[in-house]
Amino acid sequence: MYGKKVKFRALFIFLILISIILSIFLVTKSLEENVVYFKSPTDIKNFTEVKNTEKIRVGGMVKKNSIKINDKEIFFIITDFKNELLVNFTGSVPNLFEEGKGVVAEGILKDKSFLNADKILAKHDENYMPPEVSEALKNN
Amino acid sequence: MSNYFGNYSLYIALIASIYLIIKSYIDTNINIKNLNKNLVLITSVQTVMIIISFISLVVAFIISDFSNETVFNNSHTLKPLFYKISGSWGNHEGSLLLWLLVLSVFLYIFLLKSSSQNIKYRLLTLLFQQIIISGFLIFILLTSNPFNTVFPIPSEGLGLNPILQDPALAIHPPILYFGYVGTSIIFSTSLAAVVAGNIGDSWAKHIKSWVLVSWIFLTIGILLGSIWAYYELGWGGFWFWDPVENVSLMPWFCLTALLHTVIVLEKRNLFKEWTIILSITTFSLSMSGTFLVRSGILNSIHTFANDPSRGIFILSFLFVLVIMSVTIFFFNQKKLTSTIKNSFIISKETAILVNNWFMMFFLSVVLVGTIYPIFLEVLNGSKISVGPPFYHNLLIPFLIPFLVFMSFGPSLKWIKDKLKKFEYNLLIIFLASILISYFILINTEKKFLLSVPLIILSFYLLLVTINDFFNKKSSLSQKISHFGFSLLITSILLNGLFSNEFNANMKVGEERKFNDKVIKLNSVNVRDIDNYKSLKANFEIKNQNSFIQLSPEVRIYQQPFTITSEADIKTTLFSDNFLVFNILKDDGYYNVRYQYKPVMIWIWISTILISIGGLLSLIKKNEKKY
Repeated sequence: MYGKKVKFRALFIFLILISIILSIFLVTKSLEENVVYFKSPTDIKNFTEVKNTEKIRVGGMVKKNSIKINDKEIFFIITDFKNELLVNFTGSVPNLFEEGKGVVAEGILKDKSFLNADKILAKHDENYMPPEVSEALKNN
Repeated sequence: MSNYFGNYSLYIALIASIYLIIKSYIDTNINIKNLNKNLVLITSVQTVMIIISFISLVVAFIISDFSNETVFNNSHTLKPLFYKISGSWGNHEGSLLLWLLVLSVFLYIFLLKSSSQNIKYRLLTLLFQQIIISGFLIFILLTSNPFNTVFPIPSEGLGLNPILQDPALAIHPPILYFGYVGTSIIFSTSLAAVVAGNIGDSWAKHIKSWVLVSWIFLTIGILLGSIWAYYELGWGGFWFWDPVENVSLMPWFCLTALLHTVIVLEKRNLFKEWTIILSITTFSLSMSGTFLVRSGILNSIHTFANDPSRGIFILSFLFVLVIMSVTIFFFNQKKLTSTIKNSFIISKETAILVNNWFMMFFLSVVLVGTIYPIFLEVLNGSKISVGPPFYHNLLIPFLIPFLVFMSFGPSLKWIKDKLKKFEYNLLIIFLASILISYFILINTEKKFLLSVPLIILSFYLLLVTINDFFNKKSSLSQKISHFGFSLLITSILLNGLFSNEFNANMKVGEERKFNDKVIKLNSVNVRDIDNYKSLKANFEIKNQNSFIQLSPEVRIYQQPFTITSEADIKTTLFSDNFLVFNILKDDGYYNVRYQYKPVMIWIWISTILISIGGLLSLIKKNEKKY
């Protein structure tokens, strides 16, 4: 009926289609699970419920005189000058983590005023502020 | 002075570019036998002009000519000479000038090396490459001129960021750019070949060197970037799935696919369309890489100072190029004579096609992860980031079939092969790799479902590629690259599986337990050195059979005020001990991070091996010619 070449081509196109559909499915599924949303302390105040399985990023300023250290953890307060959020963090902080400077913390929200962070983001230079932070500050 | 030289030579280069576009377009439409000598001459004039311009910038940096705005913003009299020079391409304006320089030098080399090729093809390549060059020239002159002047002349520059003063970072952008820009020649030549209708085995042979050159530079560029992140940034890893890293990885996947496809085109005269599509895609990815990094759209830790108008220019330019190439491809497609010869499912062609599928899958994953946040922000304004788990979940499971295919694919024959021939060698290798993996995995508590087959297969592939050295079937360059690649995968897996990390806040004299180790902070010494204050700590890490001392440092610079952490890393062939500390407050606590990273050095070594394979292939190719 059909020549060998046609069959070969048909098989080829079929395999390509299958693999494209499969990759789209897998990619979207993984995206759903692994996307981290960025919020400001005010956004968090306005949450209707706190999902304590989902990771989020919170950006703002480190409040002056808010850093407290013990032998395992670091506590500090992120503020957008309207609302505040207490953060606890175990791990190493980037060089430019300082009181009065911009910061982005990633972790799981325990309740509307407490974040259990596992990552604090580094910045490149002293004048640089993460775009999210400057926007979050601008909006308020 | 150098400002004027630099500036005017750019204008001359632009005029040359416009002349060349017109002239080469006219020449392609009339039948001529030889390339007009003027064309080569004017291309060389243009190249010289751009070289002069680049040298003027470097000179301005060396003599700290602060009347130049770029120098004023990015240099400082106290900078060491090496970093003054590397500073000239470390910034946005200078880096574009470097792009341009490489574009025109590569074109010139192409004209010199392609004299045996069809005349129409050479003219068209010149035309397309000049379109790209003129685009960049206009872009530089309009939005990012490196020769803008400042008046009154400032007495001191602003740029002395110590984080950026690192040898790996200083040479990393040019090397990466050689790779990126090399793809422009691939792009221009494949479009030219489509129009001229000479896509085929001889063209493949000729273009292969350019693919190899770009691929080698890109590989080394990515390597240097990760070395910098590991040693200087002190994040304790070599790859973070940061958007800026991703944009260099995407063209790499594409180029790797192209490298394999070109071989099929050369040997079997197959996959013509696919080769063209890959060439166009590779260059588009390199361009958009520059666009994404320079526009500041990417929410990256590396984010550079940015200016939206620049991003829009590069984006529209890229858009024009893509539309142009798709149109050309579409209207000239018929010239690609179909040459489906006898092909069978089990053959080297199919194996390379499978390789391409995997590369395209890896590429799509990275592409989605990188641009999805931008896409979503434009769509509904929500700000998100895509973390490493996204990439790991999607890439790691597919490594299993990838490793299986890679273990037998390269040894298949062209046209038709059988899978039936059973080799005892391979069985022995397989059993050996199970045995090795058993001994490695028995001591861990982490027993991921995937880690067992992955480790077994990576060792299997490693042993197979070693075994291949004793067969004569394939070229030495391929053996080295494939061996390097399997070594890389094995090292990354072992590194990922057995790395561990300890974080704490410690005071001087304190001791902490971590697994079977004891970590002690002995002392912190404060000293004034040159332009910074140094706090050098002394840690000791003990366990039953080893004792390591590590001295990480924190440097506090005043001009500009910057704190940097210098990690201390003790490297052996088996593992790295990585320690970095930081100061949060004046309360005696130091923020400490200790990492144990097995086989770290093999990640670097294997990547170097991969590129050596490419280099060997390039050298061999050139030897044959003469």
